[in-house]
Amino acid sequence: MSVTQSSDAYPPIGDYALIGDGRSAALVSRAGSLDWLCWPRFDSPSIFAALLDTERCGRFQVRPTGTFRSERRYLPDTNVLETVFHTSSGTIALRDLMPVASEADKRAALTPEHEVLRELEGLAGRVEIEVVYTPRPDYGRRHPDLTSRGAFGLWCEVPGGALALHSDLPLRRTPDGHGASGAATIAAGERKHLSLVYSADAPGVIPLLGDAARDRVERSIRWWRGWARRGTYDGPYRDAVVRSGLTLKLMTYAPSGAVVAAPTTSLPEEIGGVRNWDYRYCWLRDASLTLRALFDLGYAEEAEAYLSWILHATRLTWPELQVLYDVFGEAHLPESELSHLSGYANSRPVRLGNDAHGQLQLDVYGEVIDAVACFVARGGHVDRDTARMLSGLGETVCRRWREPDEGIWEGRAGRFHHTHSKVLCWVALDRLITLHDTGRIRIDSDRFRSERDAIRTAIETRGYNPRLDSYTRLLDGDDLDASLLTLPLYGYHEGTHPRMRATCQRVHECLARDGLVYRYQTDDGLPPGEGAFGICSFWAVECRAKGGDVAGATEAFERLLACANDLGLFGEEIEPETGAALGNFPQAFTHVGLINAALTLAKCGAER
Amino acid sequence: MNKGSITLWGFVGTVVLTSVLAGSQALGLTRMNIPFMLGTMVTSDRDRAKVIGFGMHVINGWLFATIYAAAFRSWRRANWLLGALIGLVHALFVLTVAMSLLPGLHPRMASERQGPTPTRQLEPPGFLALNYGKRTPISVVLAHLIYGGLLGAFYRPR
Repeated sequence: MSVTQSSDAYPPIGDYALIGDGRSAALVSRAGSLDWLCWPRFDSPSIFAALLDTERCGRFQVRPTGTFRSERRYLPDTNVLETVFHTSSGTIALRDLMPVASEADKRAALTPEHEVLRELEGLAGRVEIEVVYTPRPDYGRRHPDLTSRGAFGLWCEVPGGALALHSDLPLRRTPDGHGASGAATIAAGERKHLSLVYSADAPGVIPLLGDAARDRVERSIRWWRGWARRGTYDGPYRDAVVRSGLTLKLMTYAPSGAVVAAPTTSLPEEIGGVRNWDYRYCWLRDASLTLRALFDLGYAEEAEAYLSWILHATRLTWPELQVLYDVFGEAHLPESELSHLSGYANSRPVRLGNDAHGQLQLDVYGEVIDAVACFVARGGHVDRDTARMLSGLGETVCRRWREPDEGIWEGRAGRFHHTHSKVLCWVALDRLITLHDTGRIRIDSDRFRSERDAIRTAIETRGYNPRLDSYTRLLDGDDLDASLLTLPLYGYHEGTHPRMRATCQRVHECLARDGLVYRYQTDDGLPPGEGAFGICSFWAVECRAKGGDVAGATEAFERLLACANDLGLFGEEIEPETGAALGNFPQAFTHVGLINAALTLAKCGAER
Repeated sequence: MNKGSITLWGFVGTVVLTSVLAGSQALGLTRMNIPFMLGTMVTSDRDRAKVIGFGMHVINGWLFATIYAAAFRSWRRANWLLGALIGLVHALFVLTVAMSLLPGLHPRMASERQGPTPTRQLEPPGFLALNYGKRTPISVVLAHLIYGGLLGAFYRPR
């Protein structure tokens, strides 16, 4: 679809595709516009951010001049994006990637620190294309002067390094010197390349074009396919599961093993709304479910790296846990607003950092400890330091579980006694007791058992409302929350437990619409307006399958899959009327939900 | 010449010089990474290049310290001002002569006259190493003034 697009229009969020190299990521629109790129890492200031302000923030666009129709795909089992443009005079393919290579390949030859490679290939006829290159570093606050260095390309200084665009297409600086543009006609069979590199160290590496660039494309395809082959999943919905695994890999910061929630900031949960957050950090609440997804797909190396990051990052705040950290474990992430930006489709404010880092979310203790238990259950070893750390976290749970907290959804209306948080505190102590009983750690087991049982009593007496016949969002409450769907996922109850089946049913009745599940329907301290939550919708599938309704769960799962964009990517939320993606994009946790739901369906289907 | 003093203060001076340049890089004054530049002469492994390059840089620092010591000996005195003066000359030599010779000496560096090739892909420094950042000359001069000043202040001729 798509027939040209003016430069000041915002494409739908789901029109974007993600490319990356395990250190940083970029979003490319269906019209060939690279509208979001942060270098050198996910949470660095942007180089291009037309996503957040089409006028101020710059883009790197390659597209046919005039009217075109485009279709796109990832090359099978890779993160190499291919957009095919059809015009009246011919057809051309644009392949976008951040080249990746094995460690051995990187040792054998110099490679740029970071590169976006764009390959154009004429497929039929002749197509005139245009290139627009307007780097606007630091969220559009800088307008760098481009210098032409002849055969070395166009260079400019950006915060922390230099940016160079090297191409075998004719590019000229714009009259103001702050950008470049060019046009060329590509005939069938012809290949041209554009290579954009970032160098923090000098001398920087100038990438080669022509056959060498083609080699980098093919090497990257081989690398991604090799990675995809490492996955062991071969059940139903394999394509969607593999795409989710590949997307998760793109959001993994390879040097530390951290998984960011999303590669973007401030894509709105409601168009024009204020629920715009910076998700380029790592949330501990994702720990256990992400670890399970990675392990169960066969990516033990990534799972162990992720757990290692969790244990390392949380040492800074131990024995307390913070809600989120950056990719290296920095705990101080103050929130600020970029008032000079109009935001995606006028969705203000645009935020950097995230004040949720200062909130109390007791559920994260259960998430982290369950992640370790999951690792041990798969043969992992707990060293003495980790054992001590776990014991300290358990002490914190015993001390604090009676306190109110902000809860999993990071509400800004204050602290309450969230049932989900209490359940995850129960999970924390239950897993620690199991680890103690199997000789992995040493704790005051009598006290831990007593506290665990006290939590369960509180949940069962105050967190379940007999009138509603459901667990409730808050202790002594009378409203629902989709996070309650996770109770069987953590083993608090079997999915077939009468209270769990009833809760699942109530959540469907009160929070779901066409199989898409909202988080809650209560005031959270912000103006109302958000879509259905992707992860909650996948939890609902799992909960239903575990409750015995595999056919219903399968139907709901397939309806959800239809809400992915044409590449199989999901955002944080889904607009129920249109199925459009909302919020930061793509969202790691939603893809974790998809993977776990598919695995659960496969398991429940096999057991039937 | 006092070999022990050259060894000690040549090493200290080189470490400080490297640290000043690394600090300049962190502050965004320059991108120039001398250990990386030197190390890539012998390996294309980015991480190993920095380690090997640091070793090469220390050896260079000792060799230059010997030249500084010879100058102090001929003047029959050493102080921070004289050391800094030699450091200034040293820096100007590095920026004008050494940097212009580098593409011819470095087996992996492209030259201004020839585009990147499969074996030569590293960005050349250009005049006064300005390709590595507009404030690179300031960082290089500052680092060498400190290197020379340290040698002049602490080197003790026998």
